[in-house]
Amino acid sequence: MILPALFFYLFAGICVASAVMVIASRNPVHSVLFLILAFVNASGLFVLLGAEFLAMILVVVYVGAVAVLFLFVIMMLDVDFAELRQGFLEYLPFGLLIGAIFLAELLLVAGGWVINPALVKTAVAPIPAGITNTEALGLVLYTRYIHYFQISGIVLLVAMIGAIVLTLRHKPSVKRQDINVQNARTKAMAMDVRKVAVGQGLQEPPSREAAE
Amino acid sequence: MIIGLGHYLSVAAILFTLGILGIFLNRKNVIVILMSIELILLAVNINLVAFSSFLNDIVGQVFALLVLTVAAAEAAIGLAVLVVYFRNRGSIAVEDINLMKG
Repeated sequence: MILPALFFYLFAGICVASAVMVIASRNPVHSVLFLILAFVNASGLFVLLGAEFLAMILVVVYVGAVAVLFLFVIMMLDVDFAELRQGFLEYLPFGLLIGAIFLAELLLVAGGWVINPALVKTAVAPIPAGITNTEALGLVLYTRYIHYFQISGIVLLVAMIGAIVLTLRHKPSVKRQDINVQNARTKAMAMDVRKVAVGQGLQEPPSREAAE
Repeated sequence: MIIGLGHYLSVAAILFTLGILGIFLNRKNVIVILMSIELILLAVNINLVAFSSFLNDIVGQVFALLVLTVAAAEAAIGLAVLVVYFRNRGSIAVEDINLMKG
């Protein structure tokens, strides 16, 4: 019984500490690395809660995709990040005051109530015993919540198209492939057989446009 | 030393507050603001999964999956907007983003 509590405090402590470092570190690259640490520890908390599938998805999606995306963007942008930190100390007292009040309220809400025991028995989809978390999740996700699943797919599709449309740009200096022109080329347009006289070589070759 | 629902809710509350504090403190750096939003969404996810586990109801995890999807999409779109903005203006400072101010 002591071991889960120990691991809870380990994961929660590192998670909170690295979240502090995310917002407090000077270098945004360090911020991203601490964000990764926070997410890995949060996935540890998910494992403790019995949500193994979400824990693994958290690692795959956040550490594998989102955090790497952040890293790429930070390294691509040539920005003086020290300049962007101006005013950090200026906002610190006010921010800490607001944060302390907000945290106190949230903790009072979190600690000041109990769950009605009757509510536990009326679960919409009780977690079935004897099967893995992934299987249990799949059993409801693909049947009862299929629309949520499809909506999240559409959200990802729209986000992908939006990101591509936003960042795609056509440079006029770059020669682009034109499929129609390529397919319209015939053998006669592309090749030019010439008789070369011995010892004289090829004279000034006619330009392709002139030949056409 | 039983770890109850309140413990997880407290961790989520602290993470949520840290996310909001990050938006307050780093008011000039859009990237850190986006990371703070990710922290806030992580706190929401911890809440959802904790309730799912302690109420023995797996629907919370379905919703956590949805939140995860939306968070990933939001990060992608936000960073794309950031890149385009930097390409046009050469800066990502928040106070420079005032083109639409009347």
